[in-house]
Amino acid sequence: MEFTELLIVFVLAIFIGFEIITKVPPTLHTPLMSGSNAISGITIVGALLATHAEATTTATILGFIAITMAMINVVGGYLVTHRMLSMFKKK
Amino acid sequence: MHMHWSIDIAYLVAAILFIRGIKGLTHPRTAVQGNLLSALGMTIAIVATAFVIGLNWWVVIAAMIVGSAIGAVAAVKVPMTGMPQMVAIFNGFGGGASVFVAWGELTQRLHDVGGVSGELAESAGVHAAMFDPQFVIATALAGIIGAVTFSGSMIAYGKLQEFKIFWNPWVLPAHQLINALLALITIGLGVWLCMADTPPMAAYVLLVVVSLVLGVTLTCPIGGADMPVVIALLNSYSGLAAAATGFVISNSVLIITGSLVGASGLILTSIMCVAMNRSLANVIFGKIDASKAGASADEVYEGKIKSTSADEIAMMLDGVQRVVIVPGYGMAVSQAQHAVHDLYNELEERGVNVEFAIHPVAGRMPGHMNVLLAEVDIPYEKLVEMDAINPQFSQVDVAIVLGANDVVNPVAREADSAIAGMPILDVDKARTVIVIKRSLSPGFAGIPNPLFALDNTLMYFGDGKKTVVDLVNAIKEN
Repeated sequence: MEFTELLIVFVLAIFIGFEIITKVPPTLHTPLMSGSNAISGITIVGALLATHAEATTTATILGFIAITMAMINVVGGYLVTHRMLSMFKKK
Repeated sequence: MHMHWSIDIAYLVAAILFIRGIKGLTHPRTAVQGNLLSALGMTIAIVATAFVIGLNWWVVIAAMIVGSAIGAVAAVKVPMTGMPQMVAIFNGFGGGASVFVAWGELTQRLHDVGGVSGELAESAGVHAAMFDPQFVIATALAGIIGAVTFSGSMIAYGKLQEFKIFWNPWVLPAHQLINALLALITIGLGVWLCMADTPPMAAYVLLVVVSLVLGVTLTCPIGGADMPVVIALLNSYSGLAAAATGFVISNSVLIITGSLVGASGLILTSIMCVAMNRSLANVIFGKIDASKAGASADEVYEGKIKSTSADEIAMMLDGVQRVVIVPGYGMAVSQAQHAVHDLYNELEERGVNVEFAIHPVAGRMPGHMNVLLAEVDIPYEKLVEMDAINPQFSQVDVAIVLGANDVVNPVAREADSAIAGMPILDVDKARTVIVIKRSLSPGFAGIPNPLFALDNTLMYFGDGKKTVVDLVNAIKEN
């Protein structure tokens, strides 16, 4: 994609973010942080692309580290969020 | 890299699921499902990426197993009181991943250009296309933000875990000058990376190293009650780092997702700052001026402190209608939440209406108290926000302050105090206030709390957990 297209996506996504996140009640702010943390593990997509079959050895090693870190973020983030959210109960 | 259109559709579906997922978090009832939708989105994004390009499978599978195992063990083992440091360290890994993705992309492009230049040595067009401004600027930003997030989060983790080396805040002489200098060097390296015909690898590596140091020096002096702001800000950075990485590899799903997380962290940061009536700059670079407070501890407390016991409180609670418990970081430290649950049950069984008043910055991260109380099965309708509970304190029979201090300090209402203007919970308006605390020592702000000396306040000294357990036993015997 062109830079301007990506910029449009970036700015619009920030607006959507502000719109929905201001509606999250304070009682769920910790799960919001851990959940959004898991989502920021989306960097894993970039990490996967870095290890494509024709990548150099250096790029592959860097990709390996990046996948590991992003995966900790994704798996840990979603699991811990799930653990917390399942505790919130109605009377 | 040219990618098939189907992968973009998969990314679109993933982005929609992330947005639906966050939307689910707007109510506890829909939150679990929201989180699962979001996880489904992530799975779709990963699977689509993995299958559309030719991957180095061994590397990918090995890394995924290692990362998943570490993440899963950490997530299952962490106690709820340890949640702030867990979020901090996960943030750090997110930032770290961005640093490595940008680094990998840069080495790959440098290699590809090296291969081409043999045949087309004069072809400047290839260079210009490979290292266009978007790529180099985004690479610099991903390196800077990612590295600051990584090292800053590790320091935040260490502080929250209360490792011994962090017991005293590290403040260097001319600390702000050093920060400014490091920031300037970082920008300089960024400019070098961006302006060179071929981005030098050395510039990127140095940029990451200096940014790592900057993350440490920025986070080190901040401590205690300011931690919620730091964690929220680092949360935002981890998102922005992902968005910058999206610009590095021209990938829309990284940009969408990164900006959602960036926005989320910024909103939480601003909520925390408003709840302390301090600017972000003041939290990061300033400190509370305790000397500004007029009265000394002796003046405030002398001869006015009334101490009480579990039996006395049990008698007092007999026959009351409404009790509000104000939890603070002290409840987390003493692991008193289970005892608080027993107290809640005993009182509710006796027909008392028990609620919890939650200050936005109570604890060490946004929503920290809510999670601890949810862990012990306190229904979420019983957790009341500051603005909702404050007008009602005059109708409260007994307010029990458990391990909170600055957020109930009435001097915040005085214009010349160190915490002037900070919104507080108006517990002093309750008929009787019971403060459970180890001693009269000040809170994070370092100033005495006149609440403890009020006519309607009784101090119940001791460890948070032990005192509440004793109180529950006294109520049972009463």
